[in-house]
Amino acid sequence: MGDHSARRKGRENQIDRAARAARGIRRRVLAHTLSHDGGYLSQACSSAEIFAALYTCVLNLKKIDRPLSALPFAGTPGPARPALTGAIFNGGGEPDCDNFILSPAQYALTLYAALVEVGRMDEKSMAAYNVDGSTVEMIGAEHSPGMEVTTGSLGQGISQAAGIALARRVKGETGRVILLMSDGECQSGEFWEAVQATCFHKLGNMLAYVDMNGCQCDGPMTSVMQLEPFDRRLAAFGARVRRIDGHDIKTLIRLGRAPAADVPTFVLCDTDPCRDMAVLQKRRPKFHYVRFASPEEKAEYRKFYENTFQEGL
Amino acid sequence: MMEILTKVHAKHLVEWGRNHPEAWVLSADLTSSCEADGFRDAFPERFLSMGIAEQNMLAFAGGMARQGLIPLVHTFAVFIYRRALDQVAMSVAYPNLPVKMFGFLPGILTPGGATHQAIEDVAVMRALPNMTILEAGDATETESILEAACDIPGPVYVRQLRGEIPRLFDPKEPLKPGACRKLSEGGDFVLLTSGICTEEGMRAVAALRERGLDIAHYHVSTLKPFNHPEIVREIAASRWGAITLENHSILGGLGSILAEGMAEAGTGKPLRRLGLRDTFVHGAGRRHLMREYGLDALALTGAVEEITGKRFFIDENSLAEAYTPALHSSAKAEAL
Repeated sequence: MGDHSARRKGRENQIDRAARAARGIRRRVLAHTLSHDGGYLSQACSSAEIFAALYTCVLNLKKIDRPLSALPFAGTPGPARPALTGAIFNGGGEPDCDNFILSPAQYALTLYAALVEVGRMDEKSMAAYNVDGSTVEMIGAEHSPGMEVTTGSLGQGISQAAGIALARRVKGETGRVILLMSDGECQSGEFWEAVQATCFHKLGNMLAYVDMNGCQCDGPMTSVMQLEPFDRRLAAFGARVRRIDGHDIKTLIRLGRAPAADVPTFVLCDTDPCRDMAVLQKRRPKFHYVRFASPEEKAEYRKFYENTFQEGL
Repeated sequence: MMEILTKVHAKHLVEWGRNHPEAWVLSADLTSSCEADGFRDAFPERFLSMGIAEQNMLAFAGGMARQGLIPLVHTFAVFIYRRALDQVAMSVAYPNLPVKMFGFLPGILTPGGATHQAIEDVAVMRALPNMTILEAGDATETESILEAACDIPGPVYVRQLRGEIPRLFDPKEPLKPGACRKLSEGGDFVLLTSGICTEEGMRAVAALRERGLDIAHYHVSTLKPFNHPEIVREIAASRWGAITLENHSILGGLGSILAEGMAEAGTGKPLRRLGLRDTFVHGAGRRHLMREYGLDALALTGAVEEITGKRFFIDENSLAEAYTPALHSSAKAEAL
């Protein structure tokens, strides 16, 4: 009995920790958006729990002693220069560790905030976001903190992840390839080719969380290009599919720790693009990028920030 | 003071669209980012949202063009020729269909990094038979390139500008396919520039002129076809030869295009190509990247110093002010 309640308490602590990280991610991205007069804010709102669950409880990452600093940009990969990757922020490279592939690199700001929250990147590096000559790029590339491959061209992340997963299986490694995708990019033909191939080759070491916030650059997905019934389509290709509330940390963690199937697993996370940020509601139905149209609007966001996060974190 | 215009393409597209019921706009989820939102709102029945699925979009456009419609494909340049090259080749270029492809953010015009920077598009697209390639250099060309593209019978790939754009050329002199603009006369060098590099060329030429060098400067807005024996003759007669400056890799773009023309004519003069030197680029601001990769006026004056063996002591302060648009502005949808 004692054992059981200790385990339950441990689980609760983990959920609390993830919830705190999710809140911190939103706070950091909003603070950044305020200080830089713009940012990918709704992506942080929809995916904060997914990032938080991944980085606190799901990803098996190498421990690092203290937060790392982002390096200045040193050059693109070439014969004289090996590719620099942001995997070091994930502790990458160990046979039992997981890869983390962020497919929509437009979510980089949220990733950086998550890295700071879990003590993998220092705060100072966050300030280098989109600064000329920095690797903390707006659309993360493989040299950016936490990025392991270059994925800003949407729909390519899953194919690259699949190649990594196959190679890791061949090498007998136990680490998984965990992917965070956005729903919009699943419109691409390449996505469906990748699903077909990963199911055919039984890449059970792949686990994809899809942030189903229903939004894309042009507006609601239902008005741009419909994906539904997405879960049934994926299942018809042979994948294992779960559809959950993407803000439910407990379930996000549970599925991230579930035993692998012999095919890839897709966790479709239905999310809200203004979750915990009521001030964003006014932008409905367009959430892709927040830029303040007037000083009044910015003041409104600043007030929201102060009211919401006054107690600090 | 230079005139700066905003959303030039957006406004012009709507105006033009009124009188061209055969024109349709196709977009892959970058409608306002590519200034096609005004057209979408004005003519919703002639706007097609295609989702993030460029391969389908390009082949789909080919089908529409076969049936007499004029599809105007709007997306970032990279997503046309990198993502959908086979579709562009087989569904558009091979049947020589009038699909007009508007590629935004050419070259280093985005802090979006390697995935968003079209640095080899001219090289790739000009290798396709039937393809015409146009590039806008200022507001006058940005507002006239649509007519120019539609006057050309087959497929056209356009390196288009958006947001805030300076006007360098007389609004009464629209872009004419095949014609170069001669911006200055001189017998020391012949300089060819394209796109946003023309403003840099103008700054450098003005500073060099004050120091006694006379440079013939051409702005090139039709990259393919490129047939200019008069320019090649002028290079042959010049003192130091030719220089090109482009917002593109030096492999396969304006520099290569001129090199081919000079070699075929047997012009025994040196050519210096300025542009990206066979490298990918990272994400950063436009002015920063232009300096870092040698695409600006100082790169040009530096090259002239090297070739002539003279020092001109030109720095940023001795150049005319360059136009640098803000990262965030109401003239564009996001900071890309």
